[in-house]
Amino acid sequence: MVARADAPATLLIAPTGGGKTMAGFLPTLAELADGRHTGLHTLYVSPLKALAADIKRNLRTPVDEIGLPIRIEDRTGDTSATQKKRQRADPPHILLTTPESLALLTSYEDAPRMFAGLQRVVVDEIHALAESKRGDQLMLALARLQSLCPGLRRVGLSATVEDPAAIAQLLAHHPDPCEILMADPGPDPNIAMLETAEAPPWSGGGAAYAIPAVLEQVRQHKTTLIFHNTRAQAEIFFHNLWLANDEGLPIGIHHGSLDRQRRERVEAAMVRGELRAIVCTGSLDLGIDWGDVDLVIQIGAPKNVKRLVQRIGRANHRYNAPSKALLVPANRFEVVECVAALEAARAHDLDGEPRGPGPRDVLCQHILIAACAGPFDADALYAEMTGAGPYADLERVEFDACLDFCATGGYALRAYDRWQRLQQRPDGLWQLRDPRSAQRIRMNIGTIQDTDTLKVRMRRNRGGKPLGEIEEGFAASLSPGDTFLIGGQVVRYEGLREMVVEVSRERGRKPKIATFMGTKFATSTQLSARILDMLQQKDWPQLPRHTADWLALQRRMSRLPQRGRLLIESFPHDGRECVCVYGFAGRNAQQTLGLLLTKRMEETGLHPMGFVATDYATLIWGLDAPTDPRPLFDIDALRDGLDTWLAGNAVMKRTFRASATIAGLIERNTGGQRKSGRQATFSSDILYDTLLKYDPDHLLMRITRAEAMRGLVDFGRIEEMIARVGARIDLVRVGRVTPLAAPLFLEVGKVPVKGAAEERLLAEESDRLLAEAGLVGIGA
Amino acid sequence: MSGYSFDLYGAGLTALGSGALWWPERQALCVSDLHLGKSERIARRGGAALPPYETRDTLARLASDLDRTGARTVICLGDSFDDPLAMQALPRQDRLWISTLQAGRRWIWIEGNHDPGPVDLSGTHLAELSLGPLQFRHIAAAEAKGEVSGHYHPKVRLRLRGRALQRPAFLLDRDRLILPAYGTYTGGLFCDRPPLADLIGDPGLAILTGAQPRAVPMPRS
Repeated sequence: MVARADAPATLLIAPTGGGKTMAGFLPTLAELADGRHTGLHTLYVSPLKALAADIKRNLRTPVDEIGLPIRIEDRTGDTSATQKKRQRADPPHILLTTPESLALLTSYEDAPRMFAGLQRVVVDEIHALAESKRGDQLMLALARLQSLCPGLRRVGLSATVEDPAAIAQLLAHHPDPCEILMADPGPDPNIAMLETAEAPPWSGGGAAYAIPAVLEQVRQHKTTLIFHNTRAQAEIFFHNLWLANDEGLPIGIHHGSLDRQRRERVEAAMVRGELRAIVCTGSLDLGIDWGDVDLVIQIGAPKNVKRLVQRIGRANHRYNAPSKALLVPANRFEVVECVAALEAARAHDLDGEPRGPGPRDVLCQHILIAACAGPFDADALYAEMTGAGPYADLERVEFDACLDFCATGGYALRAYDRWQRLQQRPDGLWQLRDPRSAQRIRMNIGTIQDTDTLKVRMRRNRGGKPLGEIEEGFAASLSPGDTFLIGGQVVRYEGLREMVVEVSRERGRKPKIATFMGTKFATSTQLSARILDMLQQKDWPQLPRHTADWLALQRRMSRLPQRGRLLIESFPHDGRECVCVYGFAGRNAQQTLGLLLTKRMEETGLHPMGFVATDYATLIWGLDAPTDPRPLFDIDALRDGLDTWLAGNAVMKRTFRASATIAGLIERNTGGQRKSGRQATFSSDILYDTLLKYDPDHLLMRITRAEAMRGLVDFGRIEEMIARVGARIDLVRVGRVTPLAAPLFLEVGKVPVKGAAEERLLAEESDRLLAEAGLVGIGA
Repeated sequence: MSGYSFDLYGAGLTALGSGALWWPERQALCVSDLHLGKSERIARRGGAALPPYETRDTLARLASDLDRTGARTVICLGDSFDDPLAMQALPRQDRLWISTLQAGRRWIWIEGNHDPGPVDLSGTHLAELSLGPLQFRHIAAAEAKGEVSGHYHPKVRLRLRGRALQRPAFLLDRDRLILPAYGTYTGGLFCDRPPLADLIGDPGLAILTGAQPRAVPMPRS
């Protein structure tokens, strides 16, 4: 690294851990050693607040030991206001921060003074940032810094990825070159399926069956990380693990919905080596040094081979010994997925989707941030933005549309001449019309989407212990006396006070399950293909007996999905009629297929009520059975209808809300606003409906469509599936739920269909409730 | 006409699915909380520039209700404008549209907390209106009898075979009726939250808006 200290951009790719972060800092320490540099020298950006704190600790030790005159500080959402103010007036030599905190720093008028003298930027875990809009925002902020400090050099640190060149292109200031250094990948990991006495259940995500075997592994190892794909699964597993932990082994839980102090306590205990295991989610995916982890257990199918390999790398990275990992499928289908992922990991067959161009909602936010910092010249800002890798190909006309949106709203109806957000001054520079709006813009910085969550506290006389957060929708479904899991304990819902969920301790009762949005990964195309190939085998010697038997049963009762054909099952269940479509197109595309099919069903009077999608299938339920579902799958009709009706559905509204929030049209909900009375705030769905009706070609509608097509809608994978399948559709009618369809009933994320079925149910409910209450004819 | 009909202090009323109240005997249509000009007010105060179409959307729905009822009297139950400046800043074509709707009708603007003071549009401006057995005012008064009010933007949340549904709703007990907000850019307050939960006595009824308005016993927490 030191040899390349003067290169404008360098990307270092090394397996998880491996000391690459320290390597990134070596040139900085060398340059600062003589004590002559004043002000900021190196900026370190990582996706996690915790990582910034961790690096500060790890960097402090060598610096103090050698006695270097270097000031190191971190700055995140958790830093105190006093400290933040001081950092702006008198910045340290090395500042450790996150993309959001950096974006906020660039929005201040004194940013040029604070960043004067900045020499180097170290972007840690850039592979993780590259997967989201946080990376796009960071690169725009770096383009801003590059204008302030033309000699700025960049270093990116990445875990093993399938396409290093794409990360290099993201990192480098366009058109600077970026050299890629590949570190020794180390010995191949030792991965296996966990052997359990009991077979995994037919369905479900809890993996409770594996508790004794997991505990035995924890006993045999020094420190075990137990990864889960969702927070809810982590909660349930931790609860069950704790119930079975007769020896009282010290085991902790860590995920993004837990209270910060609780998370920090677990992190600190881990670093001190006091915990034998941590049940965790993606919140521990990134490079914090968690001490002597010697085993990684992945509960549930990994969905993505690259992420699995990165997680596995968390074990034994200090000793250059092979990492050791065990996979634990939560149900029988996941056995197939896990074996496929394991084979792919052994073959070094990493997966990934190519990045699209930089999203324009992030660009809109960046324009607003620039305006907060002071009046700007549009030509100069455009030139600066095209220096950011993701926006290197940005057309001027696209930039102008975003600027117009930020200034006037960009509506066909020019209504805001007097109240433009940005105004052009006589000298041609753009500035905020109302300086007060800078504060509101700063409050809204960032691209991470929080769902509406409510804090959970123990009920006490005053200020009980904070436990974490749950989704508002879940809180709304609770009645006093209901129980749910949070932080591994069962609590009883007592009530809602000032937008805080109050709970009390409740032992020994079976909890309802807390739902968290969390990240849901779509199984990659490559992994899906491996799974389909496996299903096509005549028998399955590499699968455990129970799973092979299950697949054989599915083959007997119905059929197994085949590459090049589309299997559709139809069966009654629980008073509803179900249709299950095995497209193996990934969660998002299966979701779109659900939307397309339910629309067609609504039109043909089948009263669909909702659907749920997984990576391999879509399950639709409704009031009436399709007598012949075949016409529903008329591919041309599905494709033709896409544009018109996609407009009105929930997925588009969800996508719109995310983009409109990032672009600054909607302000993030804060607890205070919600407390002060909800009738003042209205749903973003109304804005979407209004634009659809009066201004369907508005910039945000175009952004929403583009986002949805490649993200939540993922129509590309449906088209690919259609091309693969052609007319080879197999319809099977069975008398009950099939083995392969059963797990779908337990999936979360069910999408309701707002159609005739809802009106019919409401009419039934109204009649029933009125009769029950003896209220027929009230009012006289 | 599709609606939910009921009696309040001897007046036969119909809750329309749009959120408007129809009183056939008096040929009167009552709408509450139009919040016209809301997007203008938000932008003026340094907020985001929301799609500036809510006024025409609200007026279009009102025009459609006037058309199908043939109302002779219109009662706007307060918060018709998001604030007095928003009323003054109303685009010319929207003012013209309002005048067109007013032609040949008795039009009453009841004042609300967002739009106190006189309205610079034709029509009668009142703090409250007494019509037959009913009292029309913006904010419900304690102990009132035969009262029709708005202000709270009531909405209702139901669970239907595991499906959550929420809609703006009329709230009704023996003494009073509270109207949902009619304006396009309006949110709502759940009827089980104070003060709505306390204003509506037992037995209380919630009439949900929608294609076909439906009544349920008012949910309480």
